[in-house]
Amino acid sequence: MKGFGILLRRELALAWGKGGGPLLALTFYACVVVLLPMASGRAPERLAAIAPGIAWLALALAALLSLERLFERDYEDGTLDLLALGPAPLEAVAVAKCLAQWLATGAPLALAAPVAALMLGADLRVMPLLVLCALAGGLAFAFLGGLGAALALGSKRGGLLVAVIVLPLFAPPVIFGAGALDGYSAGLPWTGGLLLLLAYCVGAIALSPLAMGAACRNALD
Amino acid sequence: MLRVVLIKELAITRGERTLFSRLDLTLRAGEAAVLTGRNGAGKTSLLRAVAGLLRPAEGTIAFESETGPIEADTARAEHLHLLGHQDGLKSSRTAWEELRFQTLWTGGTEDNARAAAKRFDLNRLLDLEVRRLSAGQRRRLALARLAASPRALWLLDEPMAPLDAGQRAAFGQVMAEHLAGGGMILASVHDPLPIPTRSVPIGMEGAGR
Repeated sequence: MKGFGILLRRELALAWGKGGGPLLALTFYACVVVLLPMASGRAPERLAAIAPGIAWLALALAALLSLERLFERDYEDGTLDLLALGPAPLEAVAVAKCLAQWLATGAPLALAAPVAALMLGADLRVMPLLVLCALAGGLAFAFLGGLGAALALGSKRGGLLVAVIVLPLFAPPVIFGAGALDGYSAGLPWTGGLLLLLAYCVGAIALSPLAMGAACRNALD
Repeated sequence: MLRVVLIKELAITRGERTLFSRLDLTLRAGEAAVLTGRNGAGKTSLLRAVAGLLRPAEGTIAFESETGPIEADTARAEHLHLLGHQDGLKSSRTAWEELRFQTLWTGGTEDNARAAAKRFDLNRLLDLEVRRLSAGQRRRLALARLAASPRALWLLDEPMAPLDAGQRAAFGQVMAEHLAGGGMILASVHDPLPIPTRSVPIGMEGAGR
């Protein structure tokens, strides 16, 4: 897979350049940490209780925002035609794009999540699990968001369509991850939620490229 | 290396409308064919069908090398190159980054990319972001990637449009060399190309609309 490496590096440079990277992640969580106490009241125990969940939710929203145009730009400027004529099939192109998107925005967000949760007063013990959930969940969000973006290719109100397609797909990882985090901080069994989250993530990575490849081919036709 | 492209009984429809049908075309190594016809006759669609981006309604497009038939997917992944209406360049990247990526992606080397840049007089522009290039400069960058990758069949959609007279002559020279090296060119044009070509009329004259 020589072509895959070349493409991944390019997509990473593009995703990092156009508003990805650690700075974006930190700014995003800075907004959450500053605005949330203003919106929900300053009671520390209440903030601490919802902090991991909010860090988690912010991750899903950030993914939705950044993934909307994942294929759209390439489709509009003719790059997708060229990518379709390369050594790797469109399924592999889709994997490279989603993976690059996750490395450039999802992973920095996941690493910044505990900082935000800590500032909201969450328990320090829960941080390793939060990072793990955020990394796996972000990967699932990247691939599922890519699926939504590919399916919405060429439609006039793509952004709306992406949100509608992606909403039901984002729900399970949010539930599994929040369940694991809640269970862990309350001292209840939590491994089930984590395992379900990881399984969901693996399933998304395995299946969504097939749908993305087919959707891109359909859009080019 | 790709030697023959065989198009048989091809029909392309867009929605309810048949653009053309029963098109036969054989292109051999060293040959160039230009597609002529009015706007909307299906020239671009034919090029995209050969590139495998568009499914024809009927008919077949087959590829052969000197050793026998090649799978269509292999031909598309290794032997043909498409230059469409859009240049397929990212405005936020530099000319060199784009040329280098597209050359490597289609099987060329970095040295090929450098030689092509020199050939198309792009050396001064390589450090600029694509957004700073003029339409003609972008097109030259897009043409350079054709010359830089080792692909036999060039599918060109109005390749000359934004070029000035001097650049047209220079690109004519590049095309002539490509053909002399056993390459093939299938192009959609309104102005004649500066190389010997065969003309293929596309479109249904009045019928089927």
